[in-house]
Amino acid sequence: MLDLSPEEWTAVALTLRIALVATACALPFGIAIGWLLARRNFWGKALLDGLVHLPLVLPPVVTGYLLLISFGRRGPIGAFLDDHFGIVFSFRWTGAALACGVMGFPLLVRPIRLALEAIDRKLEDAASTLGANRALVFFTVTLPLALPGLIAGILLCFARALGEFGATITFVSNIPGETQTISSAIYTLTQVPGGDAAAGRLVLISIGLAFAALLASEWLGRRATIRFHGD
Amino acid sequence: MIVLTVDVEKKLGALQLMVSFQASHGTTALFGPSGAGKTSVVNMIAGLLKPDRGSIALDDTVLFDSANAIDVPPHRRRIGYVFQEGRLFPHLSVRQNLDYGRRMSGHPRDAGDFERIAALLDIGHLLERRPGKLSGGERQRVAVGRALLIRPRLLLLDEPLASLDAGHKREILPYLVRLRDEAGIPMVYVSHTAAELRRIATTVVRLDNGRVAAAGGIELLDAADSDAFA
Repeated sequence: MLDLSPEEWTAVALTLRIALVATACALPFGIAIGWLLARRNFWGKALLDGLVHLPLVLPPVVTGYLLLISFGRRGPIGAFLDDHFGIVFSFRWTGAALACGVMGFPLLVRPIRLALEAIDRKLEDAASTLGANRALVFFTVTLPLALPGLIAGILLCFARALGEFGATITFVSNIPGETQTISSAIYTLTQVPGGDAAAGRLVLISIGLAFAALLASEWLGRRATIRFHGD
Repeated sequence: MIVLTVDVEKKLGALQLMVSFQASHGTTALFGPSGAGKTSVVNMIAGLLKPDRGSIALDDTVLFDSANAIDVPPHRRRIGYVFQEGRLFPHLSVRQNLDYGRRMSGHPRDAGDFERIAALLDIGHLLERRPGKLSGGERQRVAVGRALLIRPRLLLLDEPLASLDAGHKREILPYLVRLRDEAGIPMVYVSHTAAELRRIATTVVRLDNGRVAAAGGIELLDAADSDAFA
């Protein structure tokens, strides 16, 4: 049953790579924005909050199109990155990772923000009286205490990235071996006669991946909780 | 010899705090009813709360001076602080909690210091536990140990016994008295309980409604009706 063709394996490997890179690259930004929203009051905070959540409520095709006109080769940001850093997004797997990262971003930020808001700031005060400067307080107290939220956000973003379809296909199309993920491969297979068996295989893989991600986060979350409450 | 000089003003909601006192070696009690501003004063000494105006000096170091825009951040004050609720880090073991200050300042490990303080507070058998698995009294002893291990120039204790039941109070007070007599670190001890302060205080500053109502020896504790504050 799970006798995948090389093309199908490529789609699976590419999907994993895209989801991993998207989540890893989004994480530092997710922590920074989550921290800003949880801890700081500034002009335009509601606007930032809205922008972060926009991919959640916009049609994915719209998000993909916005990425295309801004990060495409002729887009203002895309042209800048190409000229100065040689980074190209359009019709590359990196573009798929960007699309997945943007789509997963609200799901990443929200649990991190909630976890940061729930932290007892008195513990941070205690750390500062023990000689920790602000950066050390953040990395030795704040971030470890927010770990369960961090894990939840990472999982949600990763899962979103695994299944992203609309924004990815709009932004970087559906090129086998470059931007064709499991989702877009299934879509292609359903469009051709006799593609059902292959589509079924990829669907099973997709379910397996989703389950594995869910179990991994459950396990990590439980370990993080145990760490806080003793054995 | 004067160790600590505090002269601060701060508006806290309806309370206009104006506190000025000096403390020497030994244990200075900040005594007074709830809402008198005791914790706020201690937080200002620690650097966790910024006074509107005034100055705070410890030994020959100015920690805060609004006139000269001096405000040493808490992590550079080297003032040990034992909070009412202990505030141990739940994600770290007792040993890691005790070691936290040394790790943050990057000092080399001093096993002798660690052993001595663990013995003084009788917490050597708790080192591998998590704070969640400690009794209230054990938690406060670890909190005292953690504050002592930064080798503080001054130790602040904010109602360290308030969250404990009577039995645990009796359990921990002797450790604090021993600390006063053996460690030689000046202490500021906040409490609203005269009986507790009689055991530990050497001088008393009585606060009421944001002002210093009286300052002197422990006879001030007798003048106040301790029951009124209980």
